Amino acid sequence: MFWEPERECMDREELKQLQLEQLQATLSRVYMNVPFYRRKFDEMRVDPDEFRSLDDLRKLPFTTKNDLRDNYPYGLFAVPLREVVRIHASSGTTGMSTVVGYSKNDIKNWSNLVARVLTAGGVTKDDVVQIAFGYSLFTGGFGLHYGAERIGASVIPISSGNTARQIKIMQDFRTTALVCTPSYALLIADTIQEMGIDINALSLKYGLFGAEPWSEKMRQEIQDKLRIIATDNYGLSEVMGPGVAGECLQRNGLHINEDHFLVEIINPDTLEPVAPGEIGELVITTLTKEAFPVIRFRTRDLTRLMAEPCPCGRKTAKMLRVMGRTDDMLIIRGVNVFPSQIENVLMSVEGTEPHYQIVVDRKSALDEVTVMVEVSESIFFDEMKKQAQLIETIKKRLSSELSISVNVKLVEKKTIERAEGKAKRVIDNRKL
Amino acid sequence: MLRIRNLESGYDRLKVLRHISIHVSSGEIVTIIGANGAGKTTLLKTIAGLIRAQAGEMLFEKQEITRLSPERIVFLGCSLVPEGRQVFAPMTVRENLILGGYVQYQRNKKNEVDADLDRIFGLFPRLKEREAQLAGTLSGGEQQMLAIGRALMARPKLIMMDEPSMGLAPLIVKDIFATVRRLRDEGSTVLLVEQNAKAALGIADRGYVLETGRIILEENAEDLLSNRDVQRAYLGRDLDTETKI
Repeated sequence: MFWEPERECMDREELKQLQLEQLQATLSRVYMNVPFYRRKFDEMRVDPDEFRSLDDLRKLPFTTKNDLRDNYPYGLFAVPLREVVRIHASSGTTGMSTVVGYSKNDIKNWSNLVARVLTAGGVTKDDVVQIAFGYSLFTGGFGLHYGAERIGASVIPISSGNTARQIKIMQDFRTTALVCTPSYALLIADTIQEMGIDINALSLKYGLFGAEPWSEKMRQEIQDKLRIIATDNYGLSEVMGPGVAGECLQRNGLHINEDHFLVEIINPDTLEPVAPGEIGELVITTLTKEAFPVIRFRTRDLTRLMAEPCPCGRKTAKMLRVMGRTDDMLIIRGVNVFPSQIENVLMSVEGTEPHYQIVVDRKSALDEVTVMVEVSESIFFDEMKKQAQLIETIKKRLSSELSISVNVKLVEKKTIERAEGKAKRVIDNRKL
Repeated sequence: MLRIRNLESGYDRLKVLRHISIHVSSGEIVTIIGANGAGKTTLLKTIAGLIRAQAGEMLFEKQEITRLSPERIVFLGCSLVPEGRQVFAPMTVRENLILGGYVQYQRNKKNEVDADLDRIFGLFPRLKEREAQLAGTLSGGEQQMLAIGRALMARPKLIMMDEPSMGLAPLIVKDIFATVRRLRDEGSTVLLVEQNAKAALGIADRGYVLETGRIILEENAEDLLSNRDVQRAYLGRDLDTETKI
């Protein structure tokens, strides 16, 4: 099922032409209307009129979250405020919030792009969609809401939190599709189990999860516990919000809406493009945004592009699920460590639960990492020997993956705090 | 059908168009709107081969046309209805149309010219009525019909129109635009350049906004109509007074 097949299955050559046209128009507009970009282009001696091919993108300056903060609140808007119909701010996972605006057309495009993602994830107008993302300055709630409404689905704007009520509504309103963060989906699943509710009595069929990195094992867990098809979707408020990319039912990579976003993958240290298919930082340039266009925005999200054609028929490029953030990256004794690497190892070990926390301390000038992971009850109450074995296994695998040694601590189920929004995976106690 | 990349064009040392990239897909009505002097006519004339491009590439049905003569471009199936009609005043309506079908002789399809003529007369019954009249004696609206008819006689795959509404009474404009739509419905592809942005966007599928030789917006026509910049600049709506309470 496609929402806009003529765009999603567009011939690559035609897409490249469209991208070039839109990029040239976007550059002309930002140069004309946004003093920040004009100054930056002038400083780097970039003349938007000299822009000939998509490869010229590499000559353009990057835009970072700091640039957005420096221009707080409206400095990067490309249209007068009276043409802005909506204002959102970033969810502030990292530091101070940044402000973004939408014109009437931006909202329309946004709704359509989210509708694409929802359709790719199995949602149709016949579905009852429960949106358990926060409805606030955060783009998650409203973004998914408008997209689901665009499709014609029945939307329940329940917002996040109050898990017992979420479950009651899910039962009573016969929710068929759940939209939230993956960690919240797990919390809901566990709570359903605890409350002794028969999962088969629910009407849930699909889950569309995003706003934080998650793993394949976590997907399996959610799918098994909730008996749904779970897909991943991606977006960020600085670029638009949800709707940038989303998985189809193949569940193997997220289709990027390339007719609206131009993506690059760069090495976050050298800022040079990585070789095709290599992991690096995702950089996005908007092609159609009117109120808040961004040029080469550094997302800080780590992923790689997948070149293989998708059996679903979409011809848009796919990106691997986000593996983590460049600023999540911990430097432990000089080694770069991503929480997602740790998660992947934990998920591959039998007996662990998908809840963990990474604690970093500095003891006498030496960094020490302790991974706390929940284990199933049977193991926790089992003999010491088995526990010790499990710890050894995890330690071994972690040190071979990370090339540093870490401490591992098994904790009882429910010991690690559950988040209703984004899960807090790392506690860094180092005073650097 | 038509794909243009980084086209630069102008007159001698005066550069009017700067790196224009546009495309027209088969079966579309695409409009280019923009103020006087933005470069709209220059763009169409460059595509038609009447002005030599200074840089860039133009592909018509995957064939490079950047260095081709105007006759060759018409032969390939891309015709222009020029600004200000430019009908041959001392010739009759019928003669003007036959002249437009000249390329069919080159294509060895001269036996189809009569049928084409009937088709044009079917499309514009007024022209049939005035078949033997000199083109110079026609009204503005009739001349526009004749100019369109003359271009259609070449059996174009893509028909480009430069300001077909210029100087015409609103009712006639409506007729002309209804005809454009009909042409599309019958399978033609249209690239329409207009100052009358509202009328053009009303019938178009997609549009580009051209400003001082640069494309600054590409969107579907409906979205352009609701774009406030476009409304203020080209649709004659003064939003500042409208929003006052």
